Amino acid sequence: MKVKVLSRNPDDYQRETKLDIHKVYRNYNPALHPFEAPREYVRALNATKLERVFAKPFLASLNGHTDSVCCMCKHKQRLNTIFSGSCDGEIRQWTLTNQRCIRALPAHTGFVRGITCAPDGTTFISVGDDNTIKHWTTDALSEQSHNPLNTIVTKTLYTGIDHHWKEPIYATCGQTVDIWNDERSEPVKVYKWGTDSVNSISFNPVETNMCVSTVADRSIVLYDLRSSIPINKVILKLRSNVVAWNPMEAFMFTAANEDHNLYTFDIRRLDFASNVHTDHADAVLDVDYAPTGKEFVSGSYDKSIRIFPVNGSRSREVYHTKRMQRVFTVKWSLDNRYILSGSDEMNIRLWKARAAEKLGRLAPREQAAADYNNKLKKKFAYHPQIKRISRHRHVPKTIYSILKEKRTIKDSMRRKEQNLRAHSKPGTVPHIPERAKHIVTTAIKDDDIDEEDSLV
Amino acid sequence: MAGRYYEKRKLSSEIKKNEDEDGLSVSEVAQPEDPFKGSAPIPEERKSLYKRGKEFPVDGIKNKKLKGFLRNTKKRDKAAVNQAARYELLLTEEPGYIETEEGEATWEIKQREIADAADITSASKYFELRLDQFGPYSVDYTRNGRHLLIGGRRGHVAAFDWMAKKPMCEMNVMEAVNDVKWLHTENMFAVAQHRWTYIYDNQGIELHCLKRLDQTLKLDFLPYHFLLLAANARGFLQYLDISQGQIVSTINTKCGRLEVLCQNPANAVVLLGHYNGTVTMWSPNQKKPLVKMLSHKTALRSIAVDQTGNYLATSAQDRKLKIFDVRTFKSLHTWSVPAGASHLKFSQRGFLGASFQNVVEIYNNPCIQPPTNPYLTHKLKFPASDLDFCPYEDVLGVGCADGFVSLLVPGAGEPNYDSFESNPYRSKKQRKEWEVRALLEKIQPDMISLDPFQIARVDMATAEQLQKDKEERLGFKQESPKFEPRFKNKGRSKSGNVEKRKRKVRNEELRKKIRSEAEKNNANEAAESQMEANVITKPLEPKSALNRFKKKTK
Repeated sequence: MKVKVLSRNPDDYQRETKLDIHKVYRNYNPALHPFEAPREYVRALNATKLERVFAKPFLASLNGHTDSVCCMCKHKQRLNTIFSGSCDGEIRQWTLTNQRCIRALPAHTGFVRGITCAPDGTTFISVGDDNTIKHWTTDALSEQSHNPLNTIVTKTLYTGIDHHWKEPIYATCGQTVDIWNDERSEPVKVYKWGTDSVNSISFNPVETNMCVSTVADRSIVLYDLRSSIPINKVILKLRSNVVAWNPMEAFMFTAANEDHNLYTFDIRRLDFASNVHTDHADAVLDVDYAPTGKEFVSGSYDKSIRIFPVNGSRSREVYHTKRMQRVFTVKWSLDNRYILSGSDEMNIRLWKARAAEKLGRLAPREQAAADYNNKLKKKFAYHPQIKRISRHRHVPKTIYSILKEKRTIKDSMRRKEQNLRAHSKPGTVPHIPERAKHIVTTAIKDDDIDEEDSLV
Repeated sequence: MAGRYYEKRKLSSEIKKNEDEDGLSVSEVAQPEDPFKGSAPIPEERKSLYKRGKEFPVDGIKNKKLKGFLRNTKKRDKAAVNQAARYELLLTEEPGYIETEEGEATWEIKQREIADAADITSASKYFELRLDQFGPYSVDYTRNGRHLLIGGRRGHVAAFDWMAKKPMCEMNVMEAVNDVKWLHTENMFAVAQHRWTYIYDNQGIELHCLKRLDQTLKLDFLPYHFLLLAANARGFLQYLDISQGQIVSTINTKCGRLEVLCQNPANAVVLLGHYNGTVTMWSPNQKKPLVKMLSHKTALRSIAVDQTGNYLATSAQDRKLKIFDVRTFKSLHTWSVPAGASHLKFSQRGFLGASFQNVVEIYNNPCIQPPTNPYLTHKLKFPASDLDFCPYEDVLGVGCADGFVSLLVPGAGEPNYDSFESNPYRSKKQRKEWEVRALLEKIQPDMISLDPFQIARVDMATAEQLQKDKEERLGFKQESPKFEPRFKNKGRSKSGNVEKRKRKVRNEELRKKIRSEAEKNNANEAAESQMEANVITKPLEPKSALNRFKKKTK
């Protein structure tokens, strides 16, 4: 007879000294891990609750401007540098690592309308209400740091500026869209379509010859630098303020609109917004994409900032403080971790892009735990209790009541349409999807005849 | 496009092959081929242990994003199963066994012989505690198998680290003790005494007197829910949440004295055995049993559910031992035993211990195959009063009138423990950390149901309801988009062909519509004819000229 009885040598299972780490033995046999699903659910619930507990997004306020901040620009090479312009014509350069202003320039008289940074990061260009375009060095310590490198006096007022992502070209907008070379003091090319003034202009970071502008006549116009005329445009029911390109999908852009919504378009199909992002309670003034191209941030006249997923119509996050006024400009940092907002009450605020994220380096175990919790949250995201907790946000009473009112109005409109449809001849009241409802028409620029050719 | 690309690839690979055959480009010496290419194969049956749920079909899904997501999930699941199955290589311990020579039977082997044949440390696990004054004893091991608690009928309660033979506390509660049970750690235990239930700490200091749990006969503990179960003499089953000290649920089972109780470790459902031969299953969320099954025709003496929660063993006064499948509630095997087993217990590896008067028998995997002979037998001086297998050890603890016996059952215990689940060698600090974690992960009592995996499945019923609600809210049913024929190459997308395809779909739809309408009409006609058949027609009276003077009936 041969007998084997389980007998473990404790030395194999216990640490030798107190300085050692504990020995861990795993056995993945499911019989030893009962209640897998309910335990995971409880973990997911705890993780969701903790996320709300740790959600403290506000990091710092950069104060120094003596008037509202109306534009901002990220340095294209350095993560820690931004430039901001205010309504009294002052431009400030900030270092985000120590949250200090390192330079204040009395750049323009009147508003600073736009700032843009060159791709090599050596210079930045500003336009202001004093009919000037000024080139500046980004080096705050150089001798020339307090004087512009170049000043161009223009005939008309410019309302926006954006630099090409690769070449020494920049575009300004005003009565026309002008394309400039960094070296020249006259525009290289002028685009004009219609009589209304252009609000903003933005270069595509991937398809670098493409750019898009928003016009006061409610249209969004697309340009290609290789052609002498604008390509096409889409007219919405209300005016768009700013457009931001998706840095990952070159053919997608998002427009911040006066009707409290944001519209994401595919340039190949302008007659149909690929997504409508609703949640703001007032006009949306600025929008900026995360470098991942999966999310964007928007600032609104309702004194709040919201973060939207690109493929979702509702925001995942709303940031607001008691002191923050109308948000004129927002930027998403190029390391995908921070958000900057410039608002009416002269402050620039620094926020975390993910409110509950721990800043700084994570220990491997912390990282593993965070990954595990995120996966669990995703797995059980649709359970009613977890969904309710993760979606809950406090918003100021004004925003809350406006949103409530908007909901009531929307419900009543829908009801009215239903009644109309029920009492009309079948087929006479068609269902128009929300994504097409806000679009008036699209048009292609014809070379010879300057008239709109409807595609719809 | 894809097809063309594939062809190109194929061509280039063929060219390469030709070159190889000519021996122009590669080295002249033929390389011997690796006979064991790739990673080692994993047998299917080993993988099946780690699979969860059924595989879902991906092909029928129209939504491309969802389809991609599900396909990725499937891939990840497969990888996880493979990884877990492969991890078995790293398990350090092998289960115990007895190998007999020819003509030798395992059930004839005495405990003394096993102890002599085994190593010294194992031999020390076979011992007897002679406590003949306060018996018979009930027995309980902690979840990691380190500590033992015994409670004598006449008030003697003792707790000790049984492997190190180090006593923790010993006392006499001066009252009859019906049952003893460890709570989540070795720091606390519950004792069901004559009147009330008490909770003591490991020093034997009384922490709580639970007057609401009175006349308790049987105790059990649900470790993941932190629920103490008490079944009492008046037919009440009570759940006490020991993390909050609140009674979660009190159920009047209306089944008389509750002496037979066990839990299903896989879903935390409580099973009770009754005098009329029925087994009932209970959850704290329902005042009526979840399941009531007739297992024997005479009074039940004992029940036990195995570790996986799939099999139930019952024994009654009819001298039968039955194995049921808990998933189907059907009897699998029945065999006759010398007497109704007074106690039944499953070990971690599926061994079944049963006590018949003063004989303890152990069966090797009776759920898979009905045993012809027991695996081991042991004879005591007095009838056994309780049984418990020690987790992670090949040990069966037996309480009897003259004390406690620890028997060696090679192969009963799980050889490889999981440190994060229950660790026999954990330090004090590890225990404290585990306790905090376990309390954070406490499962709420309202999640106890027959199928604990329900929460991780897709809730189709609610989804249908939501769809209905949406349609009601919108006021119309969202129809599937109009059929648009796909573009095909090689002239198959000429306008005529496209039109043909469109017509095909249109006709099919029309046919479907006509068919459904015809069915509806047929059903209506059938109903009408049925109605007509049901109408009782009056027999016609013979015509007469005098009929007109008759009173007209309405």
